[in-house]
This record gives sequence, C-alpha cells and structure tokens, in this order.
Amino acid sequence: MVLASVNDTFVVVIVAAAVLYGTPLLFAALGELLAERSGVLNLGVEGMMLVGAVMGFWAVQRLDAAEGVSLAGALGVAAVAGAATALIHAFLVITLRANQIVSGLALTIFAGAAGLSSYLGNDLNLSGSPAEHAFSGLDIAGLGDLPVLGPILFDQSALVYLSWLLVAAIGVYLARTRPGLNVRAVGEAPASADAMGIDVAAYRYTHTLIGGALAGIGGACFSLQITPQWVGGLTGGAGWIAVALVIFAFWRPDLCLVGAYLFGAFSALPPTLQARGWLTGIPSEVFSSLPYVMTVLVLVAVSSGAARRRLGAPAALGVPYVREER
Amino acid sequence: MRFERRLDQPRWLAVAVPMGSIAVGFALMAVVLLATGHAPGPTYRRLLDSAFFGDGALSATLVSCTPLVFTGLAAAAAFRMRLYNIGGEGQFYWGAIAGVGIALYLGDRGVDSTPAYIAATAVAGAAAGAAWAAIPGLLRAFAHTNEIITSLMLNYVAGLVLTYLIIDSRSYWRDLESFEGQTFPLGKMIPEEAKWPSASLDAFGGIVLPLGFGIAVALAVVMWVVYARTRFGFELQVIGDSPRSARFAGMRLRRKIVAVMCLSGAVAGLGGASFEADFAYQLDPTGLQTSFYGYMGIVVAALARYNPLAVVPVGFLLGGLVNAGFTLQGADFPSGLVGVMQGLILFCALAGEVLLRYRLRMGRTAPRAVDPQAEAAA
Repeated sequence: MVLASVNDTFVVVIVAAAVLYGTPLLFAALGELLAERSGVLNLGVEGMMLVGAVMGFWAVQRLDAAEGVSLAGALGVAAVAGAATALIHAFLVITLRANQIVSGLALTIFAGAAGLSSYLGNDLNLSGSPAEHAFSGLDIAGLGDLPVLGPILFDQSALVYLSWLLVAAIGVYLARTRPGLNVRAVGEAPASADAMGIDVAAYRYTHTLIGGALAGIGGACFSLQITPQWVGGLTGGAGWIAVALVIFAFWRPDLCLVGAYLFGAFSALPPTLQARGWLTGIPSEVFSSLPYVMTVLVLVAVSSGAARRRLGAPAALGVPYVREER
Repeated sequence: MRFERRLDQPRWLAVAVPMGSIAVGFALMAVVLLATGHAPGPTYRRLLDSAFFGDGALSATLVSCTPLVFTGLAAAAAFRMRLYNIGGEGQFYWGAIAGVGIALYLGDRGVDSTPAYIAATAVAGAAAGAAWAAIPGLLRAFAHTNEIITSLMLNYVAGLVLTYLIIDSRSYWRDLESFEGQTFPLGKMIPEEAKWPSASLDAFGGIVLPLGFGIAVALAVVMWVVYARTRFGFELQVIGDSPRSARFAGMRLRRKIVAVMCLSGAVAGLGGASFEADFAYQLDPTGLQTSFYGYMGIVVAALARYNPLAVVPVGFLLGGLVNAGFTLQGADFPSGLVGVMQGLILFCALAGEVLLRYRLRMGRTAPRAVDPQAEAAA
C-alpha cells in the first residue's frame, strides 16, 4: 500500500481538492471571459451561479432517471437557468444601453443570496435533503490509484473533464475560428466590426448568454458535487472571484485554468486542514478568509505598473455600442 | 422601434420614471408570484398592511428603513463619482463591531451619560467604517485596483471577523456570563444608558422615531448641500464625468478617491453603529449577515438616482418591503421575495433611464432631417 499512502499526503490531497474547488471558478470565469471579450461586463456572475445551482439541484431531485441522464439533464437545466438570468442583463445593457456595472450589480441582488435563488430554494422546498445523484470521481481506466497523478488527473468528476475540454475549445475558438475573431473585433472595436458587416448586438447577446450558461453550470458544481445539497448562498462569493480571475488571467482561457486551481487551493485549504486536525490553534476564519484576501492581493499585483500595460482588457469593455453615436 | 436622443430632459420624467419603475416592478413580481403558484392580490395586501398600514407597522418600517438610508447614502456618496463602493456591507459590520465595542468599554468604565455614549458610538462606528473603506480606496488611488472587487471581497472578510468574535472565540464582544450566553454563542448586551433614545409621535396612531433615523435624515441634507453646492461636490462630479478633464484642471484625483471612499465608509459605519445602538443592542453575526443592509443600500442609491435627498423616501419605501419580509416570512411568503422584488424594481428603473435619455419612436420611419445646430448642441 505504498502507492495509496503517497496519495494521502497533504500535497496530493490539496492539489486534487484544488481542482475540485477550482472547477466552478473555471466554468464561471470562462463564461465571463466570453462575455467580456465581446465587450459586455457582467457583474451578475454570483447571481447567475446561484440560480444555476438551485435549478440544477431541483432538476436532479425531480428527474426520475438513471444517474448519468439525471445529472446531464440537471447540468442542462442549470445552463438554461443561468442563460435566462443573463438575458435580463443582455437586454438592459445591449438593447437599452444601461450602465453595465449597475445592471450587473442589480442582477446579483435580484438573483443572489437574498433574491431569486433563495426564493426558489424555499418555494421548491429544496433545502435540507442531500442530492439524489452527485458528480464523483470517475477513476478512468482504473488509473485513480497511480501515485500522485492518479487522484489529481484520473479520479476527477465528469465536470472537471468537461471544463478541460472547454478551455481548449474556447482557446481554439478565439484564436483560430472566424466567429471567434469576430467576437474579439466586437470587443475591441465595435464600430470597425460593424463596418465589416458583423452584427455587434447579436454577437454580444450570444456571448453574454453563453457566459450565463457557463456560470449556471459553475453554480451546479457546488450543488451537485462540492456540497452536494442546496444551501442558500452556497457559492460564497465564488462568482466575484471568477470576475477577478478573468482579470488575473489577462482575458486568456489557459491562464483562467491556472488561476482557478490556485484559488481552488485556497478554498480547499480550510476543509482539508480541518479534516486532518492540523493548525487548530489558528482560528479557522483565518483560512476561510484566504480566497478573499488573496483575490485582493493578486488583483493589486496585476493592476499595478508593469503588469497593467500587458493586460489584455478588450478596449470596448463596458461601453455600449450605438451606431448613431460614434 | 428606434431610439432618438433627447436634447433636453423634461423634469416631470425624472419623477415619473422611478414611480413607474416601482409600479412595473410590482406588476412583474405578480407574474413571478403567479408562476410559482401564489395569489398576488392577497400577498400584496398583506405586504402593504405589515409595511405601512397595520398597527405599529410604520414604527417597524422605520427600524428597517434607518440602516437602509445610511447604506443608501453611503453608496450614493461614492457612486456619484462613479466610484463603485459595494463594500457597504462590510463597512456596516465594522461600524457595528466598533459601536458595540466602545459602548461595552465605556460601560465597564462606569460611564453613565447617554450623550457621551451617543457621541462615542457614532464616532467609533464612522471611524471603523471609514478605515475599512480606506483599503479599497487607497488601492484604487495608488495601485489602480478595481474597487468593485476589492471592496466586495472585504465584505466576506468582515463577515468572518463577526463570526470569529461571537462564535469562534471568547472575545470581549461575547457574552460568557449569562446562562443563555454559556449555552449558545451570543453577543454581550450594551449598557442601558448606551441605547440611543427615540421620540414618539402621536400622528398615525403613534410612531416611534429612532434617533438614528433623525441623524440619517440630517446627514442626507448635509450631503446634498456638499454635493450640490460646494466646490468639493462640483469637483467630484467632474471627476466622475471625465477624469481626464479633471486631471487637466488640476484636481487631485487620488486624494478625492480616498476621501470619497472614506466618507462613504464612514456613513455605512455610522449606519452599523446606529443599527446596534438603536435596535439590536448586541453583536449578532447571523442577523447582520442575513439582513443584507449593505447590498440593499446599492438598490436604494440607484433608485434615488444617487441624489441624497431622494435616498430618504426611497429608503422608507424599501424599508417597508424589508420589514414586511421579516414579519411575513413563512410558507406562503418565502424569504428571497423581497430581494427579487427589489431587483425587479431596479431593472425597471434602469430600463426607465433609457426613457430619460432617449425618445422612443415606433415604426421604421426614415429619420427626419436633423437641424445641424441642434445636432452640434447634442
């Protein structure tokens, strides 16, 4: 049992847990990245995640089907719920040209811990019972027991593998495909894109909605794997960390993955330490505050001086596009 | 349908749009209620009863409205300059922590003059809120860090501090002596003399006006004067509208950013101190973290269109909603309803803004010839 004991060491456990806790951040950050690349800043990620979490959980409780079908259906429901929430923001900021910051905040208040998600959770009687089915490690080809790599790479859930596919797909999409290049044009110089015959509003709507769908799936990672049950406000600020992640990642999908796992590790630290009974002399709140404090510190690091000039913020981020008012 | 930019904004629209937003918000909420199997009519009747018309409803609404006016003013103070301080929640917690702390400390020193307590709790609360808001303010001013994310992250940290003080430690704030305090984690009660007084009015069947509400209204007037009638307020407006012009005009951006964040934090912190000294009397981490006063302040400020004077009536209306939410919470009035409603009203207000700035033209008619002079003026 030498192999298994390597896999029980703190480092391996924390890295494997970092992937688990980083996955919702990754989904949400990729979604926000797509919206922002098209020029739409959506600060409603936290709200969209919570609506996705509650609706995904509802679906898994009510769908009477085999585990795989039920979980896939739940992810679909979470994605649709997230996209529907994002539609409000898209309509307000793209069609009605509302202030994107205020509209995003309004979306989080409307859908968030004190709003729609909690209303639905109460009204559909979802709290208090564990999920009927939950995502768990797949142990691919029995490689889950491999030393070190096993638990980290081969014993993750379908959600993790889906997120890896998505990172690659979005990377290729933005760099190598015509629609992907168009999105970047829309986010950098909507007037030029418009002159090229690209439908700016259609691109922005599509990517804001896809962003919402991914945030919804990110929320479902909590209610269908990490927790796995419905608790009001269970994302605990993950949506906001995802917004910050897009900035840390210089608007690049591959760096989103690195950042998500880094912050996943900070989130994984308190439960892992607690499970081992380590460092009990230090108040647990110190570790629980790590993801938030580190978000602030990393944000300071990337926004000052040298790093700032290399940032890849889309030039038209947050600016409504009105053809007649250029 | 096309949008045509308005050359001037009619004044009546500035009032009609928020009122219309509230009406449309209620209508949309009725749709949500119907969709989830609740009858809107009776729900609204009970809501209005417990918010405004029932016995003691107005006094209870003032209790919910006072913290909202403070956090609404805090958000308005910063948003006016397009500085998005959404850390009102955390700054409110720190105001509560500092206010209760100083009241307990003075109580232990045997102070028994209420005015001394009022001054001490107010100053401590404002100072603590300002200090917490100074962090995102300084980071924004000197490191260009996005204040939205930093101020929000600090809310969670402040919430963890609250939890630590009462639940996870044997701190000065925690009641370790009474029987209840030993069986369940509770905050220590502040001394009787430290509680802020309230005035009773005989109108409308008796209303209790808390001191905090009076302070909040006075603060709204002062803020309006500062923002609309002083050089400082004018400079904030310029910085908000065009930071470039402000810099060329020699305005000190960094100082203003830090000053406005601290001002905003101080107002939120004062709200936290008032919440404790007026109503709560002890630090309650769960109660503070589930009432979302800080976040609702953003809704209040946005609906008031960042006008401090309008914050008071808007805070009163939303305070009524919050109060009804607390009283009615149960099976046929699920929690979260109030947040949904506030969100819907805010969406309508945002959509209404478009009516202020643009004229809607129906049909696909060709645009009329535009007067070039009017074009230049626009």
